Amino acid sequence: MSRQIGEVILDLKNVSLSFGGVKALTDISFDVHEHEIRAIIGPNGAGKSSMLNVINGVYRPQQGEIVLRGTRFSRMNPYKAAQAGISRTFQNIALFKGMSVLDNIMTGRNLKIRSNLLQQAFWWGPARREELAHRAKVEEVIDFLEIQHIRKTPVGRLPYGLQKRVDLGRALAMEPSILLLDEPMAGMNVEEKQDMCRFILDVNDQFGTTIVLIEHDMAVVMDISDRVVVLDYGKKIGDGVPEEVRTNPDVISAYLGASH
Amino acid sequence: MAESLYGPVPETFPRWLLRHARERGGQPAMREKDLGIWQSWTWQQVADEVRALACGLIELGFQRGQNLAVVGDNRPRMYMMMTAVQCLGGVPLPLYQDAVADELLFVLLDAEVRFLFVEDQEQVDKVLEILPQLPALRHLFYDDARGMRHYTQAFIHDVRELLAMGRLHNANHPDLLDSEIERGVGDDVSVMLYTSGTTGRPKGVRLTHHAFISAARGGAEFDRLTADEEILSYLPMAWVGDHLFSFAQALVTGFTINCPESAETVMTDMREIGPTYYFAPPRVFENLLTQVMIRMEDASAIKQKMFHFFMAVARRCGAEILDGRPVPLGDRLLYAMGNWLVYGPLKNVLGMSRIRVAYTAGAAIGPDLFRFYRSIGINLKQLYGQTETCAYVCLQPDGQIKFDSVGKPAPGVEVRIADNGEILVKGPMLLQEYYKRPEATAEALDADGYFMTGDAGLFDDDGHLKIIDRAKDVGKLANGAMYAPNYIENKLKFFPYIKEAVVFGAGRERVCAFINIDLGAVGNWAERRGLAYSGYTDLAGKTEVQGLIQECLEKVNHELLAEGALADSQIHRFLILHKELDPDDDELTRTRKVRRNFVAEKYAVLIEALYSDRRSQFIETAVKFEDGRQGKVAADLAILEAKSFAVSGRATR
Repeated sequence: MSRQIGEVILDLKNVSLSFGGVKALTDISFDVHEHEIRAIIGPNGAGKSSMLNVINGVYRPQQGEIVLRGTRFSRMNPYKAAQAGISRTFQNIALFKGMSVLDNIMTGRNLKIRSNLLQQAFWWGPARREELAHRAKVEEVIDFLEIQHIRKTPVGRLPYGLQKRVDLGRALAMEPSILLLDEPMAGMNVEEKQDMCRFILDVNDQFGTTIVLIEHDMAVVMDISDRVVVLDYGKKIGDGVPEEVRTNPDVISAYLGASH
Repeated sequence: MAESLYGPVPETFPRWLLRHARERGGQPAMREKDLGIWQSWTWQQVADEVRALACGLIELGFQRGQNLAVVGDNRPRMYMMMTAVQCLGGVPLPLYQDAVADELLFVLLDAEVRFLFVEDQEQVDKVLEILPQLPALRHLFYDDARGMRHYTQAFIHDVRELLAMGRLHNANHPDLLDSEIERGVGDDVSVMLYTSGTTGRPKGVRLTHHAFISAARGGAEFDRLTADEEILSYLPMAWVGDHLFSFAQALVTGFTINCPESAETVMTDMREIGPTYYFAPPRVFENLLTQVMIRMEDASAIKQKMFHFFMAVARRCGAEILDGRPVPLGDRLLYAMGNWLVYGPLKNVLGMSRIRVAYTAGAAIGPDLFRFYRSIGINLKQLYGQTETCAYVCLQPDGQIKFDSVGKPAPGVEVRIADNGEILVKGPMLLQEYYKRPEATAEALDADGYFMTGDAGLFDDDGHLKIIDRAKDVGKLANGAMYAPNYIENKLKFFPYIKEAVVFGAGRERVCAFINIDLGAVGNWAERRGLAYSGYTDLAGKTEVQGLIQECLEKVNHELLAEGALADSQIHRFLILHKELDPDDDELTRTRKVRRNFVAEKYAVLIEALYSDRRSQFIETAVKFEDGRQGKVAADLAILEAKSFAVSGRATR
C-alpha cells in the first residue's frame, strides 16, 4: 500500500468529561496519526460519541487538552474544529430533509465561501465564479460516492442507507484532513455496509484523510481500522492494533458482559 | 446503394469516421455526462483520439486479425476503442459488463484475447480473478482510474498511457495508420458478438464491415435518418442492437450518440437529451409505463380524472392520427387538447418529446403497452432480427403498424418460410461465420445461403411477418394439439403483476405454469391493500397475491379459448416461485430470456408436483448474490388451480 501513516496529528491528553455527577469520560488519552483509520469502540454508553463530541468541540471537557497538529486547544469549539479541517457525520443523520442532495452537500462548502450575501443574491462576478468552482467540487464528491442518480432528490425521500451516504458527502465536501464518523454503518444491511466500507477506505486512500470512526459492527472495525481504542464506562480499557485488542482480556470481559 | 449523397460509400467503419471528420469535423459525435455536465467530442476529436488509440496498440504489438475485448458501460472511449481496433484490421469484441468472471473466462479463452479494455476497477478485479487461466492475455487497459493506484502489475495500463504512447508513435510515423486503414476492405470482419446462448454455450458471431454497413444504411434510409439525430446509448454494448444503433448507424449517418452518466441516471439523462431516435426492449417501455401508472395513482383526483379522460381519447384515436388515417373532427380537437394537457407533459417527463422513430425488439410487446405509446403520439415500431443478421430482417414501415407482427422484410433482405414454419433469411447483412465453429456455421446456413433463424413464423395477408415461437419450441400436447409455450408466456407477461412465466406442457395432457410476480407492481398493489410483507418470497406466498395471479391466468385462459387452435393450452395448475429467476443463477440469459430446459431441470420436483394431486411442495434453492457469495432460499410453495374453460363439445376437467 502506498498510504503512509504519518506523525501524530491529533493527541488527546487526560480528557475527563462529566455531566453533573455523571462521569462520561475519565482521564482518557490516545493519539491519532496522520492518514490512519482509528476506531473507537465500546458497549452502549461507554462514552464513544462523547469522545467524538469532545474532539470537535461540541462538549468541553473539564480536564485535559487536545493537541491538533502541535497546537494546544483547551477550549475547542465546533467552528475552530471545522476551520482546522475536522468534519464529521452524525449518528442520527442531521441533514436538511427538504433540500436536495446537491444543496445539502453544498452546505459542506459553506466555510470556504468568500463572497457575501449580496454578491450571492445577484450571482455576480466573483460570486458566480466561486459558486461554479464549489459546485464542481461538489460534483466530484457526488461522482466519488456514486450518487449521481439522486443529485436533485430531496434528502427526506431517500432510503436510510443513501441518506448516510449524503451525510458523508457533506462532510467530504469540506475537504477535511480529519473525518469523524459516528456509527456510519448503523442500521444498514450487508450490502450497504460493504459499500460504506469501500467508500471509507477509498477516502482514506485517495485523499489521505485521517479517519476517526465509532462503530458497533466488530467485523467491520477489525477489517478496516489501523488501530482501535476501547472505552467502557468512560474509561479506556484497551488501545492498539485490532489483533491486540481482540485478545485483550479486559475488552473480552467488557463485551461478554463479565462482572466488572 | 453504391452511391450516397456524398459520393462513393466508404467500405469500412474507420473510413466512415475519417469522412465525417473531414465533412463535419466540428459537429458533436459523442457526448457523455460527467461530473454533472454533458461533455462532447466532435468528429475531429473522435478521429484524433481513435488515431492515438490505434497507434498505441501498434506500439504494443497488436496484429491484424487479433481480437480485442471491450467490457464496460457505454462510454465514448469504449466506442472509440472499437473503431481503433478496426483501423488495424483487428476485431473488437464487446462483452456484457455484468457477466460474472466465469462467463468472461469462456469468451476470453474462446476468442484468444490478448488485449482487453475494461471500464473500471470492478472489471479489472474480475479479470484478475481469472488471470491464472488466461495465459494469452498481454495487456489490460482501464478507462476509469478510480481506485487503481495500487495495481502495479506491468500489464495493466491506464488508457491515457496508451493514448500518450500512440500520440508519440503517430508523430514519428504519421502515415502508418492511414496505410493500415487503406488495407482494410469491406469483407474484413468488423466485430464479433457472442450470442446470448438460449441454447448451450455462447458462439462468437463474426460480422463483416460490409454486413453492418449494409444493415445500418438500409435502416437509416428506411427511416430517413439524418446526421441531426440524437440517440441515447444505454443498452449493453455487447448486444447487437446497440452495435447497430449506437455504433454502425452513428458512423454511417453521422448522428450524435449520448452516453448516460450511470445506469441509474438513464431516465434523467434521457430527459435532458431528448433523443429523436430511440431503441428499448419491451421491458423498458413496460417499466416506464408502470412508473407512470404508479405515480398517477398518487396524483390528485382532478389530475387522475383528466388523465383517464384523455387517455381514453388517445386510445380511441391517437394511433389512427399517428398513422394518418381519417379521424372525426371532434376527436381530433379533443386529441389536440389532450396533447396540450396530458400527452405533451407526459412525453416530456419520459424524455420522449422529440422522438421521431422508436423501436422495440428482443421480445414480444404487449398490445396494450404498444398501443399506449403510439396513442400518445410516439412513433413506436417493432423490428425483427438477430445477432447473426445484424438485427436487421424486418422493420415496420411508418403508418403500417400492427402489434402482433414485426413488419415487412427490410430493404435488401429476402425472407422465406420453410415447410416446417421456420423463418429463413438472406441478404448482405448475414454473418460470415461462427468463430472456430465451422460445423455450427454449416448448420445455420442452408444450401441456398439462407440463414435459418430457428423462429417459427408466417406472413399475414398484408405481407407482414408474424413470429409465433422458437421453431423447436413449438410442440404438441399429448392429444396432438399445437402448443407454443413462448406465446402463452408472453400473454402472461403482459400483465403488470407477472414478471416472468414458464409454462410446461409439451407431450403432456395439460399445461401448467411457474410464475414470478413483479415485485414493484405487486408490492404496490399490496401496499394499497395494507398487506405487510418482508420481501419477494414472503409476498409471493400471500394468499391474496395468489388470488390476484389466479385472476390473470383465468383471463389468459379465456383468450386462449378464443384462439381456437390453442384452446387446449389453457393453464390448469400453477405455482408462484419463491425466488426471482436470475441470470446469476443461470436461469435467465444475460438478455433476460428464460432458459427453459435449465429451469425445468432445476425445478423438476416442482413440475412433478404440478402434475400430481399435491396441494403444496417444499423446495430449497441455492442462490448466488451479486457479490458472488452463495445462499439458500427455501419455501413451501402452494400449488393452485386456475379455472379453465370447456372447449366446445368437450370437458376439460
